[in-house]
Amino acid sequence: MYRYDEFDHTLVTERVHQFRDQVERRLSGELTEDQFKPLRLMNGLYLQLHAYMLRVAVPYGTLSSTQMRKLAYIARRYDKGYGHFTTRQNIQFNWPKLEETPDILAELAEVEMHAIQTSGNCIRNTTSDQFAGAAADEIEDPRVYCEIIRQWSTLHPEFTFLPRKFKIAVTGADHDRAAVRVHDIGLQMCRNEAGEVGFEVIVGGGLGRTPVIGQTIREFLPKQHLLSYLEAILRVYNQLGRRDNLYKARIKILVRSEGIENFKRLVEEEWSHIKDSALQLPEDEIARIETYFAPPRYECLDDTVREFEVKRFEDRDFASWVRTNVTAHKEPGYAVATISLKPTGKPPGDASAWQMDAIADLAESYSFSEIRVTHEQNLVLPNVKKADLYALWQSLRDVELATPNAGLLSDMIACPGLDYCNLANARSIPVAQRISERFSDLERQHDIGSLKIKISGCINACGHHHVGHIGLLGVDKKGEEFYQITLGGSADENTAIGKIVGPAFSYDDVVDAVEKIVDTYLNIRSEDEEFSDTFRRVGLTPFKETLYAAH
Amino acid sequence: MSVQILTANRLGDGAVVYRAKAGGWTERLGESLVLATPEDAAPVLAAAETPQASLEIVGPYLMPVDNSGGQIRPVETREFIRAQGPSVQFGNGHEVENTPLSLAG
Repeated sequence: MYRYDEFDHTLVTERVHQFRDQVERRLSGELTEDQFKPLRLMNGLYLQLHAYMLRVAVPYGTLSSTQMRKLAYIARRYDKGYGHFTTRQNIQFNWPKLEETPDILAELAEVEMHAIQTSGNCIRNTTSDQFAGAAADEIEDPRVYCEIIRQWSTLHPEFTFLPRKFKIAVTGADHDRAAVRVHDIGLQMCRNEAGEVGFEVIVGGGLGRTPVIGQTIREFLPKQHLLSYLEAILRVYNQLGRRDNLYKARIKILVRSEGIENFKRLVEEEWSHIKDSALQLPEDEIARIETYFAPPRYECLDDTVREFEVKRFEDRDFASWVRTNVTAHKEPGYAVATISLKPTGKPPGDASAWQMDAIADLAESYSFSEIRVTHEQNLVLPNVKKADLYALWQSLRDVELATPNAGLLSDMIACPGLDYCNLANARSIPVAQRISERFSDLERQHDIGSLKIKISGCINACGHHHVGHIGLLGVDKKGEEFYQITLGGSADENTAIGKIVGPAFSYDDVVDAVEKIVDTYLNIRSEDEEFSDTFRRVGLTPFKETLYAAH
Repeated sequence: MSVQILTANRLGDGAVVYRAKAGGWTERLGESLVLATPEDAAPVLAAAETPQASLEIVGPYLMPVDNSGGQIRPVETREFIRAQGPSVQFGNGHEVENTPLSLAG
């Protein structure tokens, strides 16, 4: 698990003192807002529509039960009793007071957490597969390399003022649960012909105003060269990335304008100078970090667990939850349980303080005190004995967290949208709520099958709409909220950018439009064909015809 | 009639505030100082951009409102939401202090 060492402790403690002083100077007038704003952003503090918002880093989405309890405490003591889990596997508090923010950061430091590099043009929190270390389909635990990247990138002096923010994702499994192809750098663990484990390095992906699927810059990078290669990419980007135009500043634009071959030549040239430098990762250092992620003390169990199987037959609701929210574990007799933060009609990703406390308790009882945050705004207990799943599910039901919808239509990503965000053009959360209510019949959702809807309230695409099977983008049309619909996007190993289906729909009409799309799919799908496969087979036309037939 | 009022966020907690008719800043839209012309608005905005004002507020700007019938109403959806708070119940409906508000009417 993430381990904060003495360097982190000193650095974070010093940062809390610095920020306390900066806040005092802002409140006394010694600092102007223009002077203070970059300082607060370096500590994850934004000013949104109604209040400040504090974004707290959850390194590669891994949380301990102690940390979750602290988050619950902060939500209750300093905020309005809840937190919002984000697509960066972080948590945001929506109502902190400026003068209390240093106290919140001090509270976080007590549990080895902070808000450093959750904003600004720097390397942000590295994200990963939420099932890392537990997934049955994993080559290796990617968190080891996330942690190495975290240590290298934290306050890296050369990369503190990049042309624009920079996001890295790492996955250790062939099935990509970390959306690595839509990150500035994506690292996909793989084996070479000799069977050695390394990384496929993907560069220049991203969403936002200009969605781009990342391209492979190196098919296989040996582990020991990870940091030197990342540093070479970042250095080329830092030198050549555009600083004159905010909308053209991300690495995706540079890679596209240079062309992948030329960009690769520049990176490899830079790399040739630093490849064998101090950035090379010695095997014993990798081994040392691996010890942070040593597996918990699993019991030696049979994979077939009779009482679990019996409960699945006895209790249909439990069986339904197992079908969607339980995933295979690499250890016999264990499973991975996804806790849906998408109850029908509720804001995606929100968890109240008492739910956070309950999850902390359940993690201690059933999952070696470990919790994960997913980029799809859910939580995960990664190490649950199959024999405990029924008891866990009952407890989750008691706190309204047992919705059996992981991967189904109502398991939507939605950005905060115009209800909170200063940049948004339209609301996202109420659209998600209305869709979730429209499809509240879970049997219907199970029949529809895997379907990912993603909603963004503006072109910055925090809700990942470009890679939703159905993507909704909120736009402002003469002061009114409209939603442009894209179809056929995907964020997994078959990454695709959705195609715009036609003219946008009003706030009132957009839910009907989504239902028409779903009904069209149900009418034309072959047996057991998932939405994305149907779309690949038939394209936009049948959906266009039903959506705009009356127009 | 579309006229303007001056809005900002309060320094201490980021709350939405408006330049009040009675002086100072208010959270109540209805107590706003209505600025009928650009000439009326310019000095009020300038006063809100001084270092002294920045001890109270952040990011002042003028927003259009409709004050027909003697009631001040925002014109843009964004300003409705700023005035009323999030249009959604948050935190899964537990331990919250707000009530969802309608954009209608």
